[in-house]
Amino acid sequence: MRRNGAPLPAMPYGADSFSLGAVRGGARRVGARMTLAARCCQAETGPRCGGLRQRRSRRPAGGPNRPCPAPRSWAPLEAPVGVWAPLAIVTLLSFASRFYRLSEPPHVCWDETHFGKMGSYYINRTFFFDVHPPLGKMLIGLAGYLSGYNGTFPFQKPGDRYEHHNYIGMRGFCAFLGSCLVPFAYLTVLELSKSLSAALLAASILIFDTGCITLSQYILLDPILMFFLMGAVLSMVKYNSCADRPFSARWWFWLNLTGVNLAGAIGVKFVGLFVVLLVGLNTVYDLWKLLGDLSLSLVTLGKHLLARVFCLILLPLALYTTQFAVHFAVLNKSGPGDGFFSSAFQSRLIGNNLHNVSVPEHLAYGSVITMKNLRMAGGYLHSHWHLYPEGVGARQQQVTAYLHKDSNNLWIIKKHDSNTADHLDPASSVEFVRHGDVIRLEHKETSRNLHSHQHEAPMTRKHFQVTGYGINGTGDSNDFWRIEVVGRKAGKRIKVLRSQIRLIHLATGCILGSSGKTLPKWGWEQVEVTCTPYVKDTPNALWNIEDHINPKLPNISLDVLKPSFPEILLESHMVMIRGNSGLKPKENEVTSKPWHWPINYQGLRFSGINETDYRVYLLGNPVIWWLNLVTIGLYLLMAICTTVAIKRGVQLTAELKELSKVLLHCGGQIMLGWLLHYLPFFMMGRVLYFHHYFPAMLFSSMLTGITWDTLLKFCVEHLSCSVRRRVYPYGMLTLMLLIVFSFYLFHPLSYGMVGPMASDPKSPMAGLRWLESWEF
Amino acid sequence: MLGFLKQPVVVTAEINLNLVALTVIGLVSRMWALSYPTAVVFDEVYYGQFVSLYMKRIFFVDDSGPPFGHMLLAFGGYLGGFDGNFLWNRIGAEYSMNVPVWSLRLLPALTGALCVPLAYQILVELHFSHCAALGAALLILFENSLITQSRLMLLESVLIFFILLAVLSYLKFYNLQKCSPFTAGWWFWLLLTGVACSCAVGVKYMGLFTYLLLLAIAGVHAWHLIGDQTLSNVSVLGHLLARGIALVVIPVAMYLSFFYIHLTLLYRSGPHDQIMTSAFQASLEGGLARITQGQPLEVAYGSQITLRNVLGKPMPCWLHSHKNTYPIRYENGRGSSHQQQVTCYPFKDVNNWWIVKDPGMQQLVVSNPPRPIRHGHIVQLVHGITTRYLNTHDVAAPLSPHSQEISCYVDYNISMPAQNLWRVEIVNRESDTDVWKTILSEVRFVHVNTSAVLKLSGASLPEWGYRQLEVIGEKLSKGYHQSMLWNVEEHRYGKSQEQKEREVELHSPTQADISKNLSFMARFTELQWKILTLKNEETEHKYSSSPLDWITMDTNIAYWLHPTSGAQIHLIGNVLTWASANVATLVYVCLFLWYLLRRRRKICDIPEDAWWIWVAAGGLCVGGWAVNYIPFFMMEKTLFLYHYLPALTFQILLIPIVLQHLSDHVFRSQLPKNTFSALMVAWFSSIYLVYRTFSPLTYGKPALSAAELRDLRWKDTWDILIRKQ
Repeated sequence: MRRNGAPLPAMPYGADSFSLGAVRGGARRVGARMTLAARCCQAETGPRCGGLRQRRSRRPAGGPNRPCPAPRSWAPLEAPVGVWAPLAIVTLLSFASRFYRLSEPPHVCWDETHFGKMGSYYINRTFFFDVHPPLGKMLIGLAGYLSGYNGTFPFQKPGDRYEHHNYIGMRGFCAFLGSCLVPFAYLTVLELSKSLSAALLAASILIFDTGCITLSQYILLDPILMFFLMGAVLSMVKYNSCADRPFSARWWFWLNLTGVNLAGAIGVKFVGLFVVLLVGLNTVYDLWKLLGDLSLSLVTLGKHLLARVFCLILLPLALYTTQFAVHFAVLNKSGPGDGFFSSAFQSRLIGNNLHNVSVPEHLAYGSVITMKNLRMAGGYLHSHWHLYPEGVGARQQQVTAYLHKDSNNLWIIKKHDSNTADHLDPASSVEFVRHGDVIRLEHKETSRNLHSHQHEAPMTRKHFQVTGYGINGTGDSNDFWRIEVVGRKAGKRIKVLRSQIRLIHLATGCILGSSGKTLPKWGWEQVEVTCTPYVKDTPNALWNIEDHINPKLPNISLDVLKPSFPEILLESHMVMIRGNSGLKPKENEVTSKPWHWPINYQGLRFSGINETDYRVYLLGNPVIWWLNLVTIGLYLLMAICTTVAIKRGVQLTAELKELSKVLLHCGGQIMLGWLLHYLPFFMMGRVLYFHHYFPAMLFSSMLTGITWDTLLKFCVEHLSCSVRRRVYPYGMLTLMLLIVFSFYLFHPLSYGMVGPMASDPKSPMAGLRWLESWEF
Repeated sequence: MLGFLKQPVVVTAEINLNLVALTVIGLVSRMWALSYPTAVVFDEVYYGQFVSLYMKRIFFVDDSGPPFGHMLLAFGGYLGGFDGNFLWNRIGAEYSMNVPVWSLRLLPALTGALCVPLAYQILVELHFSHCAALGAALLILFENSLITQSRLMLLESVLIFFILLAVLSYLKFYNLQKCSPFTAGWWFWLLLTGVACSCAVGVKYMGLFTYLLLLAIAGVHAWHLIGDQTLSNVSVLGHLLARGIALVVIPVAMYLSFFYIHLTLLYRSGPHDQIMTSAFQASLEGGLARITQGQPLEVAYGSQITLRNVLGKPMPCWLHSHKNTYPIRYENGRGSSHQQQVTCYPFKDVNNWWIVKDPGMQQLVVSNPPRPIRHGHIVQLVHGITTRYLNTHDVAAPLSPHSQEISCYVDYNISMPAQNLWRVEIVNRESDTDVWKTILSEVRFVHVNTSAVLKLSGASLPEWGYRQLEVIGEKLSKGYHQSMLWNVEEHRYGKSQEQKEREVELHSPTQADISKNLSFMARFTELQWKILTLKNEETEHKYSSSPLDWITMDTNIAYWLHPTSGAQIHLIGNVLTWASANVATLVYVCLFLWYLLRRRRKICDIPEDAWWIWVAAGGLCVGGWAVNYIPFFMMEKTLFLYHYLPALTFQILLIPIVLQHLSDHVFRSQLPKNTFSALMVAWFSSIYLVYRTFSPLTYGKPALSAAELRDLRWKDTWDILIRKQ
């Protein structure tokens, strides 16, 4: 790529870089095998990146001994129009297809119920918890705010009517980003393959894919994610293309833009990590090439390395952190997500019972308390009437850790040897709990004592089981626990919220802890609580007192330790990761499998089920998707044949060499993108949905553009003159017509179907239910 | 005539005494007092039951791996004349006289011992000195964890043996490739690679990763071959074909043959029958075959059938109903239809019988000739004992409120109309006019009024439903799931209209035995699928550990404890070897990266051939370590320290490689040879010392006192059992 030699005069970005019009008739055509391929794509063997610029100047050389005149349909237009016109048409079509019937249906569709709701939370500044990073939802909230939505719509369940609420702003924002995908893909393919028709093919696939249209029309994270993802790919390709002029303004611009887009992509969903990986691999390859170039000094290499570290690692990290800073600054009111976070975290939230809290400062006997585990996303110590099932330790009452606030989290702290009545007697004096005291914890609702014994814990077999035992607070000596504060001397009082306490089982010497493992169905999928015999100072075994109710003690306002920003950042990530891994499919539940996706096996119902409903069904345009699928096989075949041929030392003509370079290098990059966005799903344990495939589908569509363009040019190379002039244009035309016609057939999937189901011959979709698994 | 006597008869034999000595010591170290302890040790309790089942020819399913490993162990039992009569129920149970302990443990011990000379040869084939090779062999020899694992009836040593054998034969093959391709030796080693790979995969699925590594290495070498333009196209093709056959076709064929032998040997029905489909069960002797033999093939109007859910998760069960009704109100206050319960019941029961009825006719008997039911027909299902109709309606199911309740329609106290028509959809049909067949057809029941699909939800009902499994009508039938499919298991043509028809005897057979229809491939596919998807309920074991604990050996496993004395066997490695192996890996990776970057800048620190030897050795050993270790991070099953042993073996092989490289290229000038040798001797003697120190825990004798045991607890996380006085 850097062979391109002499630096060119800097030209304004724009017209000249797309000057495909200049391609026809290369300078090197010295009467040998002059082919269409040579003319339409890569007339020159050498330059591929900055090469386009040079072609313009070489144009006068074209012409004299052309065996076949160039067919008109692919013959590029005059330079300025030829650049802008296709891009403009593509963009226009894209926006038209995405914004058409945007307001239909006027009710909540599918996951709008989540993301619309979360947008509202931002407008209302209410704290919530979600497994995805905040950027996408913040943008939705912002779009809603700017378009006059006031955040009052509850988004309770799919199918709720919006009535007077302004939802178009949010949908329009998503549709806008979704529409940008098409020009992005167009420019990416154009930059990679330098072929207008490849770019047009890729763009038309995306324009006319019903799946992409549907996914862009609602308040979802996917259009936002894909926008940043494609933005990152486009800017990566662009900065690769100016590798011949490193450290120029354009180079810096695209490099920085790549970093910004990467930050955007991971800021919307963690799936964005795959595109980070793609850019990372590309950069490593790039640096490896630079390292092998002995004409570069080590200092220059260092500069290259530093530039990339700065733009592709530090910049995205900084932006990503900023998103979270904004997220925490905006959401300052207590809301539904509080329980997932530590006491310290909650104290930041206005309206939380820990905000500007006033509780009795020191722990006393007879107090009603809740205890929160100190591990990240640790729960409250919890118990309920249900027993451990048969075969899981002793059949006694379950003790778990629970993430939500609940009356079953309340415990009463008692002396180990005294009776319940003592502390309730208002006349008796208050006695404080001190470090090293032996206590008993009684569960308030069920009046059972926190108990442990030498039975295996349900999940962590090396630990002991923790149960609720006894009746009305009368148990046995296995209910005794020694309370200790970390880093404190004996006899000191215990502070609410601030003391990190440890409960040591007196009889066995084990420590009460939460293993972080989720119990099966019998335990209501709450978190396991065990007694660990290994004495380690991990946060798993540490607790703090959160609520503290004791009418006999005066409440004092506590200025609780406010957590620092890095702490809450780390904590919210731990909680997100735990939330993500908790999304496991239930047994006997039909779930979407990754292998379903490329074959378009089954879509998703966005809206409506019955005949009378307004139905929208997320399903890829089957013709396009199956074309994409076939193309992947075709690409692999072509790539294998080409590499083997090159390896075997087959002499290729200059044109073929250029074609195979496009195929292997550019196609390879896109193929890698597809693999990175598809294969990891096979290893994921969480619940998967059809729409997870769409990022991969973008790559697959671009690959289709490049592969068919290359294939047709290969064909042209090997056919006789009379046929060759037709193959390329007619081939492209057929593909385009096929795509447009299939869109005409399937467009009701996106734009709404009313009336009978497809099984009814009267339905407009009759006969189009090609697979039985499609539900329309 | 006697001319040949003029020349002396000469036999030239070259015997590497190192190798012989190593083999002998290896055998001694692995086989010394092999039948001690005469008690069940750790996982022997698990493998032993399969050996017994092999001896009795009873079919079983084991989700831990393919059958080759079990068969090898069973072969040991066969040689020792084991009759299979032993109750494998508890670790530590004394073996009875009929159990040939020695021969059961012989095969793992032999393979474990042979790993020592294999390690030696691998290093020689990697072009390292005999000194380094000797070092590698000694390190394997004195590795306590490998010894423990070899001396018991366990499969890891067999797996490691086949892995090392595959590696060695590939290396031999590759070294022959340069000088004499397509000779007998070349073919032998090539074929042996394929065979050893398939044996490794056949013993445990972990072997698959080494197989893939070897395939990748072979792929890289083949790629160089393609680039070799001195070879003609034909010979390149020949080379590729030979590799394809030996490394892909033969392993696949061998793998299939393991299953073929497995299924041939085990022809009796046994404890795991229920997991398999009815068709598979019918192919076993006894069990279901006895019941289904001679039952009519085609289901007709008036047929009496039992319906088994095809998925069978969480347990295999049959569609069931009984007199009891759904409670009027559930615990959470939701109402029910208060009609007769329909559940899925995991045991055979007279209440599992249903009669297929033609909605247009009253009779419940099969007409003459029988009218078979085809795909798309509408039927009613009548519960045999209570003669109530299978029904569903727009009432939420007890545990899955998004789905419809399934009930048997009670015709008094009517609050809602009967909706009891079901459309039969045969999913695995070949044409749309297919007949519903016993056992073979998988059927969906689609409710005619609401198009809900009869489905097993997998939840188990509370006390009022006797903890039976919930059956629901799935309204949003998203695609096909096996929980919605049912097949007829037991079937007879109903003869009597009377309510006593339950006692009607079976008809004479109308069709040939169904078991003959099931080919080997069908049985293989099903068994393979079940092995891969079967999930054990066991979530965590007392001695299970996470992969991160393994590198530093922060965990151990207590295998056995003498009932009275303190003698015990532990899986615990040679700490020094493990630490050295980690250091060697780290040094290798750092040096490799350093060389690689410098070479890119055209600076060569070591000669070209040394570099390629270095790359090949590292690719094999570090690669082997990585592929045998990293996948565990992605596995969700219960993991134990012994899963690390194959990876460890590769890591140990790396130690002498790094040492020789350091002495040849890095410390050549700085360090005098003598100092280096002295260091080596000191290091090896300490490894031997550590081996000696822990050998009581490895061999289980002599018994140690509590104080001695406490001294052996070098890490706090180790679980060494100390008897309380």
